Amino acid sequence: MPRLENKVVLLSGGASGIGAETARQVVREGGKAVLADRDEAKGLALAAELGAAAHFVALDVTQEASWQAAVAATVETFGALHGLLNAAGIGVRNSIEDCMLEEYRRVNDINSLGTFLGCKTAIPAMKDAGGGSIVNISSVLGLRGAAHAMAYCASKGAVRTLTKNVALHCAQMKYNIRCNSVHPGYIDTPMIAPRLEQSDGNMSGRQSLEDMHPLGRLGRADEVASMILFLLSDESTFSTGSEFVCDGGLTA
Amino acid sequence: MSNELSGQVAIITGGASGIGAASAALLAGEGATVIVADLQKGSQPEEVCRFVTHDVASEASWQALLADVLRHDGRLDIVVNNAGISGGSGTPETTTVENWQHVQAVNSEGVFLGCKYAIKGMKQTGAEKPQSGGSIVNISSVAGLVGGAGPTAYTASKGAVRLLSKSVALYCAEQRNGIRCNSVHPGGVDTAIFNPLWQAVGHEQGKAFIGSRHPIGRMAEPEDLGELVLWLASDRSRFVTGAEFTADGGLTAGLLRRSLFAPS
Repeated sequence: MPRLENKVVLLSGGASGIGAETARQVVREGGKAVLADRDEAKGLALAAELGAAAHFVALDVTQEASWQAAVAATVETFGALHGLLNAAGIGVRNSIEDCMLEEYRRVNDINSLGTFLGCKTAIPAMKDAGGGSIVNISSVLGLRGAAHAMAYCASKGAVRTLTKNVALHCAQMKYNIRCNSVHPGYIDTPMIAPRLEQSDGNMSGRQSLEDMHPLGRLGRADEVASMILFLLSDESTFSTGSEFVCDGGLTA
Repeated sequence: MSNELSGQVAIITGGASGIGAASAALLAGEGATVIVADLQKGSQPEEVCRFVTHDVASEASWQALLADVLRHDGRLDIVVNNAGISGGSGTPETTTVENWQHVQAVNSEGVFLGCKYAIKGMKQTGAEKPQSGGSIVNISSVAGLVGGAGPTAYTASKGAVRLLSKSVALYCAEQRNGIRCNSVHPGGVDTAIFNPLWQAVGHEQGKAFIGSRHPIGRMAEPEDLGELVLWLASDRSRFVTGAEFTADGGLTAGLLRRSLFAPS
C-alpha cells in the first residue's frame, strides 16, 4: 500500500528544493500535494508535471490571510487537509555586527512567523479531518550556532521550540495532530547556491561545505524528503514534539 | 564580597525588578558600576545602581543608552539582556500576529539589539579600557529548551535567544575580540512575569503550586538566578562561551508534565 494513500499535504516552499522533492514523493506515494509558493511560474510548472494529484496556490507565508486562502483552496480542491510541510524559508548571511534590525525581522518573519502561521491555520482543518501531521523545517543551525548566520540561527531556534509547543498543545487538546521538526545539514538546493560560490582559502565553496559533513558530501533534497515522508505518514504515529536530524553526521 | 568586578561597567536590561534587580544588586556588591536600564524605575537606591529609562525593542533607545554609558562611565564590560515579557497565555490556536510580533520585538529583537550594542560598546578602548572584551549574558528560559513551559510566542522567542547567543559567541570568538556570550535558562522564578497567576490564586498558593512542579520542590528566588548571572559576568567563567546554563530546580532534567505552569 502506498505510504500516503489519500492523504492531502500542503507544502509551503513547495515549488523548489526540499518542498518540491517532498511534493514529488507525496504524489508517488498516493497522496495529494498542494504546492504553496511565492514563485508562481515554478509552482505551476511542477503542478502540471505532477498531474491531477497536485495543485498550486500562491502563498506569502508572512500573511495570515494568505495562509487561510491556501488552506481553504486545499480543502476545496482535495476535500481535506492531513499534512502540512513548512519548508518555505530564507537563508541570509549575516553576523551580529553587520545585521540590521530590518533584516533580522525579515528573516524571522519568513522562517519563524511563517511557520507559526502555517501551524495555526492548518490545525482547524486537520481537526476537521480527524487528525494530521505537521512537519517544520528547522536546520542544523537550529541546534548549533554559526557566526555568520545570526538571524537564521535565531529563526531556526524559534522553529525548534515552537514545534514542541504546537505538539504539546495538540496532544493536550487530543486533536490527534502531531508536530515535529526536521534539521537538515547543507542540502544541495537553490537556498545554498550563494554559499557554494564563496571559496574558502584554496577550497571551493562546495568542497569546504562537503568537507564539513562527516559523510563527505552535501545532502540531497530527496534524502530529506524521505524523512519528511516518514513523519507525514502513519509510520510515525507515536512521534511528536521531536527533532529529526538529517545532516550527514554534521552535528554528531 | 571581594570586589572582583571593581572598575567594570555593567548594563542590565529589565534591571528594575526580578532577576534583573537581583543581578544588579549582586554585581554592584562586587564593585561593578551598574546601569539599570528599564521602562520604569525600581526601588534601588541611586548610589548602588544608576537608572536609565530604556526600551529594549527600540534601536534608538539602545543608541542613546550606549552613548550615555560611554559618556558617563567611559567603558562597558558586562551586558545582561534580561528584559522580557510573557505576552499572555496564547496557544498555537489563539496567538494573534500582533501578539507574536510584540513578544518577538521585546524578547528576540530586544536581545539581538542588546548583543549588537553590547559589542559596539565593549570594543571601545582607551585610557579607561586598554583592551576590548566583556561578557554578554542573555536570559532565555526553560521555554527555550522544551515546548510546554510557556505561551507559544514566548516559547519561540526564547528558542531564538538560545541560538542567537551561540551565533554571537562564535562570531566574537572568531573576531578574537575577547567578548563571551552565553544563555541562561531559568525555570519558574518568583517575579512579576507570574503576576497574572498571583492575581488569580494568590502569591503564596501560586508559588507553592509552581514550586511543586520543580523536582527541587520550590520556585527560584531572583537571587538564585542572580548568582549564575554574576558568575557568567565575571572572569571566573573566562573559558565559557556559546553555552546554555539551566537553573531550573531540576525541571528539565527528567520527564515533564505536558504543561509545566498551567493548572491541569
